Amino acid sequence: MAFRESFFASRFGLTERDLERYLSAALESGGDYADIYFEYLSTTSIIIDESIVKSATQGVTMGVGVRVITGEKTGYAYSDDLSPERIIQAAKVAARIASGPSKIDKTGLEEVPRRNLYPVLSAASDASLSERVALVKRADQAARAADSRVFQVTAVYADALKHVLVATSDGALSFDRQPMTRMNISALAKQGDGVPQQGYSGAGGRIGLEYFDQTTPESIAVEAIRQAIVQLDAVEAPAGEMTVVLGSGWPGILLHEAVGHGLEADFNRKGVSAFSGRIGQQVASPLCTVVDDGTMDSRRGSLNVDDEGVMTQQNVLIENGILRGYLTDKLSQRITGTKSTGSGRRESYQHIPMPRMTNTFMTAGESDPQEIIQSVQKGLYCPNFGGGQVDITSGNFVFDATESYLIEDGKVTRPVRGATLIGNGPEALKWVSMVGSDLKLDQGVGVCGKDGQSVPVGVGIPTIKIDRITVGGTGA
Amino acid sequence: VSQELEQIASSAVKLAIDSGATDAECTIAEGAEFEVSLRKGEIETLKQAGSRGAGIRVLQGQRAGSAYTSDLTPEGIAKMVSSALEIAAVTSEDPFAGLPDAKLLGKLPVDLQLFHDDVQRVSTEAKIEMARLAESTALAADPRITNSEGASFGSGEGTRVFANSRGFVGSYRYSSCSLHTIPVAKDGESMERDSWSSSARSLSKLESPEEVGKKAAARVLRRLHPRKVPTQKCPVVFDRRMARAFASHLFEALNGSSIYRKSSFLAGKLGESIAVEALTLIDDPTIPGLFGSYPFDDEGVPGKRKVVIENGVLRSYLLNTYSARKLGLETTGNASRGLSGSASVGFGNFYIEKGETSEEEILRSVKNGFYVTELIGSGVSVVTGDYSRGTSGQWIENGELVYPVSEVTIASNLRDMLMRIEAIGSDLEFRGSIASPTLLIGEMTVSGQ
Repeated sequence: MAFRESFFASRFGLTERDLERYLSAALESGGDYADIYFEYLSTTSIIIDESIVKSATQGVTMGVGVRVITGEKTGYAYSDDLSPERIIQAAKVAARIASGPSKIDKTGLEEVPRRNLYPVLSAASDASLSERVALVKRADQAARAADSRVFQVTAVYADALKHVLVATSDGALSFDRQPMTRMNISALAKQGDGVPQQGYSGAGGRIGLEYFDQTTPESIAVEAIRQAIVQLDAVEAPAGEMTVVLGSGWPGILLHEAVGHGLEADFNRKGVSAFSGRIGQQVASPLCTVVDDGTMDSRRGSLNVDDEGVMTQQNVLIENGILRGYLTDKLSQRITGTKSTGSGRRESYQHIPMPRMTNTFMTAGESDPQEIIQSVQKGLYCPNFGGGQVDITSGNFVFDATESYLIEDGKVTRPVRGATLIGNGPEALKWVSMVGSDLKLDQGVGVCGKDGQSVPVGVGIPTIKIDRITVGGTGA
Repeated sequence: VSQELEQIASSAVKLAIDSGATDAECTIAEGAEFEVSLRKGEIETLKQAGSRGAGIRVLQGQRAGSAYTSDLTPEGIAKMVSSALEIAAVTSEDPFAGLPDAKLLGKLPVDLQLFHDDVQRVSTEAKIEMARLAESTALAADPRITNSEGASFGSGEGTRVFANSRGFVGSYRYSSCSLHTIPVAKDGESMERDSWSSSARSLSKLESPEEVGKKAAARVLRRLHPRKVPTQKCPVVFDRRMARAFASHLFEALNGSSIYRKSSFLAGKLGESIAVEALTLIDDPTIPGLFGSYPFDDEGVPGKRKVVIENGVLRSYLLNTYSARKLGLETTGNASRGLSGSASVGFGNFYIEKGETSEEEILRSVKNGFYVTELIGSGVSVVTGDYSRGTSGQWIENGELVYPVSEVTIASNLRDMLMRIEAIGSDLEFRGSIASPTLLIGEMTVSGQ
């Protein structure tokens, strides 16, 4: 598809000349670099609660953001009005960061090579509302039918289609059509007069509705119920340092918190990350190789091209325990001379891009997952987590185990209540003593927050054994 | 601006009714933001822009549909209205859906002082200077403060508009400003960061840049060379910033939506004693000048002061129209909504009433315990009340702070924590919509080594 057939050209009559004119306005005060980001986002969400379609919403937001960089300084302005006058006005506001005569010779725009990592057969945004409502109803009914102890079910479906266009003063022109669809179910179950327990499950990605033929609404619902039911018999979680086995998939959030954020180039350029200046050093056990890969098919964290017009790629962060590289964007490229890794992302046209993760995972090892559990005398097995958080300067991170079990004499025994696990980024992965062969990516519901900006991400991990980490329960 | 927006909102409501809706309500938000961030004295980013958006919710009988748009042109509004009607055709009949009764609608008759023009009158240069001074004060405080994640000054102003088909139309303007700095301290292998920020609706209420810088510096310095303590049960003191986080969990548990869905450990406990007698918790959106104040909520119901917990007894939930009808109660004027979807439940100024003991006296009363100054993670369930969060702070021995502690967790259950509050500080201060004085919880599990 050529630029003139792209969304903004055909819908709003945007031309390459317009883009060059906007970029020139942005650089009129002598900035070194400018870019302009167009966004058109349409969304639909449907919520079934107490078995009725309680709420549903459709919406559209659009806007354009203009950025000007001079030295290490960034000027930024945006407009939700796509008229040329308002865009020029935003460009002039952003330009104020610089002072001096315009010094860029315009070189013309060249389209970034195109690819499609997220082909969809049946676009959610093209389906009828009732077809999408029917999917959510299936989830609700399956959850209700799964167990008589279930007394509340909320099923949420949401899809979004984002059209973006990026033009930069160094000559890149990219445009992309980014679908995103997910379904999640939360449920409450209760046994007699006991305390209610909650279960949660979700799935999705940059997918079409055909995804739900494989990962059915019923399967997502049944998983949510399973988690709630397991918790009904949960005992107090233990407290203190112990051996922990993480299950495969979503527990990869460990990597996101323990190492991922600490390797984002902005923190490292400023020397405020616990990983600053540690490239080439041993930061994990030799069993650990950690990768951030924005090019995986249809995944939630994937992008054909990042929000600065750079193609995403596979970035090795840690190789056999040795720290190899940071995640960089165009600003860090300008300041440190390290090429952008295609990690420049932003929440919307109202936000300045910064280095972010895409899909972060640990590559598979050689151990049989069963053997990993059998090797533990006393410890905790954690197959499911909620969220996590990190203090990148001290390196301390937490993640919340929502489903875990005691391991006693090599066997998974009683379920325990939710507990926070806490560790230190550059230290925690040194205690990894076994890595399973069962690498799995998460189901596609992750959201990462940084400096007030949320972006969708993926994580993944095989079953691993960490010999020592602190578990924050209340028990002995 | 307000009048133009009120007109757009009213016309959207009228269009919805003319197009077949039986009721409709429209929210419009318009705002402008400014933010400058500096690092080591040099400007890093300067951001300035404005945006607006509208959201509508229509009812067709007992079926509701909503839509939103950033396009406030007549065509954009028309599209939004037809989109909401299209949605209402696929949602279910819900006997509890609907707007508040007309008799409940209204606005507080007083000026809540939410807008102060000093925020927009101050020059960009002066804003930059404040951020620069906050950061340089922190950097100059001690040679171990060698680095910085910067400082920022942000300000915003906007207008909030609401209209519905039962005759309500209203709007109010607001302003805000904030100053923030994050120093980084290093000593040997130990590197820590901490921050301090001040925010207010008026520039005149903001802490001085020097004060912000000094407090940030003091906070980061005391974190250097932390230890990990042995796992134990002991008293825990939450400084008032962290006590706010505790209060926010209580809000989640008192939220009418969690109550009618029975997803809160406080569901069904009205009139029961759920906390120590010393605890009184209030929600008051009617205090002038604060962040949680509003003349009417997002359904057009006036803001109202409520004693939520009185001397340990649960007196009121926080309700919007929907959750109130589900529970057979009346809305407490706590409807809150963004532009998309339907109203949820929010808070006004939600705070724990102050006690009589100073923070110092509280710390002095602890023989062996933990003083919490930071919390991370989200390991709190209001369904079960289970509480487990990552934390750092200071160890207390014989009433003195003896060394910093990090990489530990604290755990308990909110139910038990409410019953184990042994002291409430006299140091209540409103820094945001949620506030609490210092709190001492008699026993929690600290998990470390």
